[in-house]
Amino acid sequence: MENNLLSLIIFAPLAGAAINWFVGRRVRDERFIGVVACGSVAISTIVAFYLAFKSGGALRSETPVLDYIWTWLAVGALRADFALAMDRLSGTYVLFVTFVGFLIHVFAVGYMHGEAGFYRFFAFLNLFMFAMLTLVLADNFVLMFVGWEGVGLCSYLLIGYYFDRDEAASAAKKAFITNRIGDWGFVLGIMLTFFITGSVSFFANPAAGEATHTALSFFKGYAVDPFTAGAIFAGGATSIAVLLFIGAAGKSAQIPLYVWLPDAMAGPTPVSALIHAATMVTAGVYMIVRCSEIFVHAPTAMFIVAIIGAATALFAATIGLAQNDIKKVLAYSTISQLGYMFLACGVGAFVAAIFHVITHAFFKALLFLGSGSVIHGMHHEQDMRRMGGLKKYMPITFATMFTGWLAISGVPIFAGFFSKDEILWKTWSAPAFSLPSTSFSKLLWFIAAITAFLTAVYMTRMMVMTFWGKERFRDTHAVKQQEPDPHHGPVTPHESPWLMTLPLIVLAVLSTIGGFIGVPYALSSIASDKDINVLEHTLEPAVAQIPTAVHGATGSHGEPAPARTETHAPPTTQAHAPAATEVAHAAHSPEEIRAERILAVVSVLIALLGIGSGWYLFQRRPLLQMPRILENKYYVDEIYDASIIRPIEVGSREGLWKIFDVGVIDGILHLIGEAITEAGRLARWLQAGFVRAYAAIILAGALILIGLFAYLGYRF
Amino acid sequence: MKQRACSDTSACATSQSENNEMEPQLSWYLALSAVLFTIGVTGVIIKRNIIAMFMCIELMLNSVNLTFVAFSSFFQDVTGQLFVFIVMTVAAAEAAVGLGIIIAIFRNRESLDVDEASILKL
Repeated sequence: MENNLLSLIIFAPLAGAAINWFVGRRVRDERFIGVVACGSVAISTIVAFYLAFKSGGALRSETPVLDYIWTWLAVGALRADFALAMDRLSGTYVLFVTFVGFLIHVFAVGYMHGEAGFYRFFAFLNLFMFAMLTLVLADNFVLMFVGWEGVGLCSYLLIGYYFDRDEAASAAKKAFITNRIGDWGFVLGIMLTFFITGSVSFFANPAAGEATHTALSFFKGYAVDPFTAGAIFAGGATSIAVLLFIGAAGKSAQIPLYVWLPDAMAGPTPVSALIHAATMVTAGVYMIVRCSEIFVHAPTAMFIVAIIGAATALFAATIGLAQNDIKKVLAYSTISQLGYMFLACGVGAFVAAIFHVITHAFFKALLFLGSGSVIHGMHHEQDMRRMGGLKKYMPITFATMFTGWLAISGVPIFAGFFSKDEILWKTWSAPAFSLPSTSFSKLLWFIAAITAFLTAVYMTRMMVMTFWGKERFRDTHAVKQQEPDPHHGPVTPHESPWLMTLPLIVLAVLSTIGGFIGVPYALSSIASDKDINVLEHTLEPAVAQIPTAVHGATGSHGEPAPARTETHAPPTTQAHAPAATEVAHAAHSPEEIRAERILAVVSVLIALLGIGSGWYLFQRRPLLQMPRILENKYYVDEIYDASIIRPIEVGSREGLWKIFDVGVIDGILHLIGEAITEAGRLARWLQAGFVRAYAAIILAGALILIGLFAYLGYRF
Repeated sequence: MKQRACSDTSACATSQSENNEMEPQLSWYLALSAVLFTIGVTGVIIKRNIIAMFMCIELMLNSVNLTFVAFSSFFQDVTGQLFVFIVMTVAAAEAAVGLGIIIAIFRNRESLDVDEASILKL
């Protein structure tokens, strides 16, 4: 049965992990371990591409490729199978996860060269691929949660790869604990989903004897929740959506749970690229898009998603401006870009969110790997204040990161431009479905546009500090406030080996042309009349649409109801099946196309303005002092420390430990012990060792018994 | 009923006292037995000398034997006499072991005062 190939996608990396863990640790041959690790992911990649693009494959048909492996849980009405499903959404996701994952594996072989824990690193990395692919391919919530926890575990293991370093160990712990908060929401969301729909499946699986409706299809006929704050606590679709979003916010590092991601940079750079940029952190976006059917019935939840997304995007971008660690800049940039994706989800542009996930995976993996290459070439120096002028020494790294820089800044034809522009346009034109009013969408657009500008500025700053200007790495006193580190003395940077530069080149190509999978009609129609937005056509059937007319929704914000049924049709509702492109084109009204083109021009101007001002600001003064509050990340860590961690610590120590544990629990035990000792002390008097005393006691006992019989007499 | 009543020695003694012949009554034996037993108990409790305590124990055993024999004769039942043999056998064994212990104690402590042997350690 060819469907079993689907399980090969997830089990190949698992096998790779097992081989590396059990065999690789004995062999300790880097070539062997590297081949096993990369080979297993390569198998996944090839199978994923085959299943996606073969005739009748996941991306070419309406029905998902299903693979039922075994019935995992069947308790009463709860039915969760260990079953995989590759539909258009998960298929798209698997393609870039496996492919980018493969490239990062190859890079890591070069990057981790000579590390003592080489086998351990690749075992964990393969295990991560297994968990991530399980997450994406799961056909029900429960199995998805297994993958969800699995990636969390691997993230923990890999952040803490250098476990002998204090900051890595505590960063791993921080990531794990912060994610637990999100998982709490996710689990409650799953429970509530099951409670309401009676199912946890995404797809009806006839092979497994599945019920007629699934957790998602249940909502198809469901009335849209009212757009009120009360709906959050009403226990309906909105409650589910908000709980799921808490999970997504934890995994995808959104306010207020984003704090773990910057610290996670303590892990090796390929880990940052794979887990904390390209794949795992986008799992939250994937989950929301997967559950889009629930979200489009919960406008309040979507509003929250949009607000949090926009706030995170702006917030993280400002912090990214002032970081001096090259990986920290990229980490905040990742948070910011994830904010974009959530913003897109929040305004109902689910396809745009996935589009940005994909392009972001390309260019952010590229930038992270590039930074890894820089760090490698600089002999593990991460502080950009000690770099500068590297383009002469690392031409390939420079050239590839250059494309990544243009891509993330949103320069046309590069991948980031199309996806970011799509999100900006969808935000601008968002209907009032999940927003209080259409003018609110303009506000969100404005925030997103500022973020785009800031993105260009800080990426320019990073590039300038790293590759241009004076060669500060020879000057140990470049950073005055820091002691010159004897290990990081003057070094001569060198270009990385081909194992590292090759993935960079491939990713650079993808960052350049990857955006063409989702060129919006408004832009492609300049050249030809054919709609070439492949991605949108592919994903459209797998993603829910915002209902055009909201039934029975009464806003609490005093917005008159007619404003909900928007004058211009929201773009996501232009449900064009690939067969009916003619009809679909009619939906692109000329005004809309004009507006979209104008906005595209505006976003290009924003990007160029950002690059220009970044260049102007930092070209001559790369060490320009940034505002302290930004450099210290708005003191969020300190605030969390003071408001949450300290009270818990103090409460645990003073209250739970010193009072409850010592007083109550230990107290009860000590009381029991002392009572027994005391009773023993009294009973000891009987054991004097005087035989005659024993005899007297026996006599007394006998007399008491006889007296008792005499007293009770016949009655006995 | 009669048997039950006679389980209490004093009750039997009073019930049979109306019979004024000088033939030995059951109550006489029982009274003697009770006296002997009481002497034995008192001796065990008040004597410090191990040999004396040992003799008192023998006295108690023999008072019980006397009771067995008296009841056996009274009820014309041989079981009581059987028991006496068993008690005597056990008492002999006990005497052998007990005297052995007493000699061991005396050798170790040069004393037969039982209160000085109140701890297991020397």
